[in-house]
Amino acid sequence: MIDRVSNQKAWLMVLPVILLVAFNAIIPLMTVVNYSVQETFGNNVFFWEGMKWFEEVLRSERFHASLGRQILFSFTILIIEVPLGILVALNMPRRGIGVSICLVLMALPLLIPWNVVGAMWNIFALPDIGLLGRAINGMGIEYNFTQNPVSAWLTVVAMDVWHWTSLVALLSYAGLCAIPDPYYQAAKIDGAGRWQIFRHIELPKLKRVLTIAILLRFMDSFMIYTEPFVLTGGGPGNTTTFLSIDLVKIALGQFDLGPAAAMSLIYFLIVLLLCWVFYTLMMRSESNTS
Amino acid sequence: MAEITLKAIRHSYQANPIAPSDFAIRSVDITWRDGGAYALLGPSGCGKTTLLNIISGLLRPTEGAVLFNGVDVTAQDPVARDIAQIFQFPVIYDTMSVYRNLAFPLVNRGVSGEEVDRRVKEVAGMLDLSEMLNQRAVGLTADNKQKISLGRGLVRSDVNVIMFDEPLTVIDPHLKWKLRSELKRLHQRVGFTMIYVTHDQTEALTFADEVVVMHEGDVVQVGTPRDLFDRPEHTFVGHFIGSPGMNLMPCQIVDGKPIVGHSEIPVDRFFADHDKGNGLEFGIRPECIHLDPAGFPVSVMRIDDVGRYRIIRAEFEGQPLQILVKEEELIPSENLRIRFDRSSIQIYKDGWIVDRGVAK
Amino acid sequence: MSLELRDVSRTVDSSAHIHPTSITLIPGGFNILLGPTLAGKTSLMRLMAGLDKPTSGQIFFAGEDVTGIAVQKRKVAMVYQQFVNYPSMTVFQNIASPLRLNGESKVAVKKRVDQIAEILKLGPLLDRLPSELSGGQQQRTALARALAKDASLVLLDEPLANLDYKLREELREELPRLFEDSGATVVYATTEPGEALLLSGHTAALNEGRITQFGPTHTVFRDPNDLLTATIFSDPPLNLANARKEAGGFQLGFTSWPVGYYSDLPDGDYQVGFRPHHLQLQSNDNAALPITGEVLITEISGSESFVHLGLGKHRWVAQMHGIYQWDPGQKIDMFLNSAHLLVFDSTGNRIRSTHG
Repeated sequence: MIDRVSNQKAWLMVLPVILLVAFNAIIPLMTVVNYSVQETFGNNVFFWEGMKWFEEVLRSERFHASLGRQILFSFTILIIEVPLGILVALNMPRRGIGVSICLVLMALPLLIPWNVVGAMWNIFALPDIGLLGRAINGMGIEYNFTQNPVSAWLTVVAMDVWHWTSLVALLSYAGLCAIPDPYYQAAKIDGAGRWQIFRHIELPKLKRVLTIAILLRFMDSFMIYTEPFVLTGGGPGNTTTFLSIDLVKIALGQFDLGPAAAMSLIYFLIVLLLCWVFYTLMMRSESNTS
Repeated sequence: MAEITLKAIRHSYQANPIAPSDFAIRSVDITWRDGGAYALLGPSGCGKTTLLNIISGLLRPTEGAVLFNGVDVTAQDPVARDIAQIFQFPVIYDTMSVYRNLAFPLVNRGVSGEEVDRRVKEVAGMLDLSEMLNQRAVGLTADNKQKISLGRGLVRSDVNVIMFDEPLTVIDPHLKWKLRSELKRLHQRVGFTMIYVTHDQTEALTFADEVVVMHEGDVVQVGTPRDLFDRPEHTFVGHFIGSPGMNLMPCQIVDGKPIVGHSEIPVDRFFADHDKGNGLEFGIRPECIHLDPAGFPVSVMRIDDVGRYRIIRAEFEGQPLQILVKEEELIPSENLRIRFDRSSIQIYKDGWIVDRGVAK
Repeated sequence: MSLELRDVSRTVDSSAHIHPTSITLIPGGFNILLGPTLAGKTSLMRLMAGLDKPTSGQIFFAGEDVTGIAVQKRKVAMVYQQFVNYPSMTVFQNIASPLRLNGESKVAVKKRVDQIAEILKLGPLLDRLPSELSGGQQQRTALARALAKDASLVLLDEPLANLDYKLREELREELPRLFEDSGATVVYATTEPGEALLLSGHTAALNEGRITQFGPTHTVFRDPNDLLTATIFSDPPLNLANARKEAGGFQLGFTSWPVGYYSDLPDGDYQVGFRPHHLQLQSNDNAALPITGEVLITEISGSESFVHLGLGKHRWVAQMHGIYQWDPGQKIDMFLNSAHLLVFDSTGNRIRSTHG
C-alpha cells in the first residue's frame, strides 16, 4: 500500500541478490526445462522431443499412484497437525517460567535435521529392537513398518506429526498471545463457555496465522523426501513412495533424465497450483470476516 | 441492579506490600446507591482501573470486601457477579451478525428464543441499531461497534452494574458528543447502576451524578460535578477539574484574611488563626476572576483566544494567574485590574481544604 | 523554509486519499490540519514528508521542486500518536541520536541535549529507558528528538491523542513556543477543534481528502467559508437546520425567524447554523432570534452546562456558562444574537450578510 519514492540507485543494492537468485533458481530451472523437452544419451547429444515426456509422465500409472499417495499424505498430516497444534497452543502456559520451558521443548523437534529424524524413528520403531516397535508388538498388535504397508504409513505419519506439530503450535501460540485481554473478559461476562470462546474469539483471531501454518505445512509435506526415504526407503513395495522419492528413483535410479525433468516441472506446477488454490480460498473467507 | 459497597479496599500487585507506595489502592470506602451514575476520574496510574477490576471481579483485593446489595461478593468471579463491562476498544464477535452479538449473552444463559428476540429488538431500538441487525458486526464503524458492546450489557435483565472503561477513546470528537448524551439518556431510561472510568473530566462530569476523584491510589474527593468545581477539597481536584485548572498561590492568613504577596484579598469568610503557618495556599478558579478597574493590578504575559472565551495568562504578586474572559468581553490593552469572586475563594493547608472557615 | 503543495493528489488502489490540493504552509509558523478520522491528515503529512509520492502535482521546498525526493534527503522530523523512541537507548541517547548522525562532537551533543532536556523538563530523566517513563514523558522524549534534529519541517501527527486530558492541556500550551525559536515550519494534525484554537497559528480544515479552508485559526473558526468548515471546526457540533426564506422571514419548520441582516437575500432554500455557545437565556439585542426547545438531557461540566434540545426533528445543543439543571421534557426559551447566525446556500457555501 505504501509505495516509496523511486530511487534508481537502490537497484544497485539489490543486484547481488538478483544474481544469486538467477544462479540459484532460474538457471537450474531452465536446465530442467531444457532436459524436459529433449532426449539425451550423454555426451551432450540432444534430440528434440517436444511434449513427449510430459504426455508420458501424465499418462503413467506410476505417477498417478505416487501423486495420489502424496495428496493423501499431505491431507492426513494437515488434518492431524493443525487441530493438534492448536490444542497444544491452547494448553500452553501464558506466563511464568513454564513459558520458556514449553517454548524450548516445542522448538526441539524443529531443530533436528530431517535425516536424523528419519534415522531416529527407524531405530525407535524397529519391531525387534526399537522401543516403540517392541511395545506395540508386546501389546499383541502386529506391527512391522518394513513389511506391513499400514504399519509403514502409520509410522511415516506419526513421524511427521512428531516433527512438525510444534511449528503449528508455536505459530498458533503467537497468534493466541496477540489477542487482547478484554476479549476474554467480555466473553466471560457474556457467559460464554470454553468452546464458544474458542469458536467466536480465538479461532477468528487465529485465521491469519493458521493460513500461514497450513500453507507452510502443506508445501513442506508435499515435498517431503528425506524422512520417509531414511525410514522406509519408499517401501514396503511402493506404498510410501511419494512424488519426490519417485522422482529421484527415475532420475538417479533409472537415469531417465527427460521424463524426470518433465515430472519435476509438473510437480512444481502442482505445488504452485495447490498453494494458490489454498491461499485464495483462505483469503476469501478472510475478507468475509474483516 | 444493585447497591455497591466497597469496604476498606486495599490492593497491591506485590506479594508482601509494606510501604504505602507498594499499594495501587491505598484505602477506599465507598457506597454507590442502586441505579446511580458514577464516574471514577483520575490520571493514568491513579488506580482507577485497578478499582474497576476489583468491582468487576477480575481482580481480588489484597484487603477489604466488595458488597452487592449487602452480600459479600469478594470471592466471586465476574460471571457470578452478573456485571457488564465496556472496554476502551470495542469488543465484538467478528463471526456474528449484530443480532447474534446482542443475543449472545442471553443465549449463553439459556433464555428462551422468544424472550431473546424481544430483548434484542428492544435494545437495538434504544441504541439505534435496529437497521443493522442482520449486518456482520465486523464491518461497522467504531461508534456502532461500541454500541454493540454496550447493547450486550443492556439485553440482560440480571445485570447488577454496567461498567465503562474509557469507552470513548477511539471515537471522533463529533460522535463523542452524540454517544455521550445518548448514554446519559439511556441511563435515565433503564436505571441501571453505571460506573464510568475515565481521565477526561468532561466525560466524567457530564455523565455522572457523583464523581470519585482518585490520585495515587487514594480517593481525594467524592462529590457532584458541582461540588468538585465549586469546592475542591484537595488542590489536586482543583487542578485536575476545570480547564485550565484552579489557580493556586502561596498565602498567609492574617487577622482571618488571606494575604497573597502584599495584597490582602477580601473574602466573605473568616479564617481562624490556627490555620496560620506554612503550607497555606490560596485557590481561585480562572472562571471566578473578573475584570474590575477598581481591583488588583496584574501584568499580562499572554492572551490565548480559545474561541468562545479567552485565557489571560498573567502574573499577580509574582505568581502565575490564569483568568477566563468571555468572547464578547473587552480586555483593556493596559493596566489590567481584577477582582476575585469572594465566595469562590478557597484556602488549602498542605493540599487539603481549610474547612473551618466560618461565615462572617 | 516554505513548503508549497501544488495541485497535489494521491490515489491508492483507485480510491482517492487526497484530491488535488494546493496549500502553501506559513514558513516558521504553526500549521494545523484539522479534520475527523480519515479526512486525509496523515496522507497529506506523508506527502509533505516525502514518505509517499503524489499521484499528480508538485511539491516545492524552499522554492525547489522536491517531488519524488526521498525523505532522508529532506530535513524533516516527525512525531506520531504512538510514542516512538528507541527502546534500548536512554533518554539522553534518544535525544542525541539525530545529533550524532550529523557527526557533531561529544561536547556539542552534550550541550545541546542538556539544553533541549531543560526546555522539555526531561533533565532528571536523562538516564532512564523509555520503558521506565510515563506516557507524557515518552512523548516529551519523542518531541525532544524532533527538536534536536533541527529540521526545517516538523510534522506532528496527533501527538497528544494518547495522553491524559490534563497532560494534553499542559503540552498544548508549551508546544507552539517549543518550536518558535528553531524557525521550523510546524504541521500539526488533530481531530479536536478545541486543540486547534488553543494552538492558534493557521488552520486548514480537512474533509474527505480536501482542504475546505486555510487561514489564520481564529478567522477559519469565526468566519468559515462553507458549511463543511463550520461543521469540522465546531465542538460541540454546529446547530443546523434547513430554512426557507420567504416574505421577509426564515421558515425553519418548527419556528420562523426575521431575516435581520440577510434582507437582501433572494427567496429560496438555505441552511442556517450557529455555534452552541451562542445560545443565551436572555438577550438585550432587539433583533435576537427566539428559540423554544424541549430539553432532552442536561450535562453539567464544572462551570458549564450542555443542554441538548429537541426542536421538531432537530437536535441542538446549548453550551452555557453556569450550572443549569432542567428536567427532560421541559420547554425552555432561548435567544440567539442574530450576528452569530451563519447562512449557507443549498450547496453549502457561506453567504455573508451585506450588513453585519
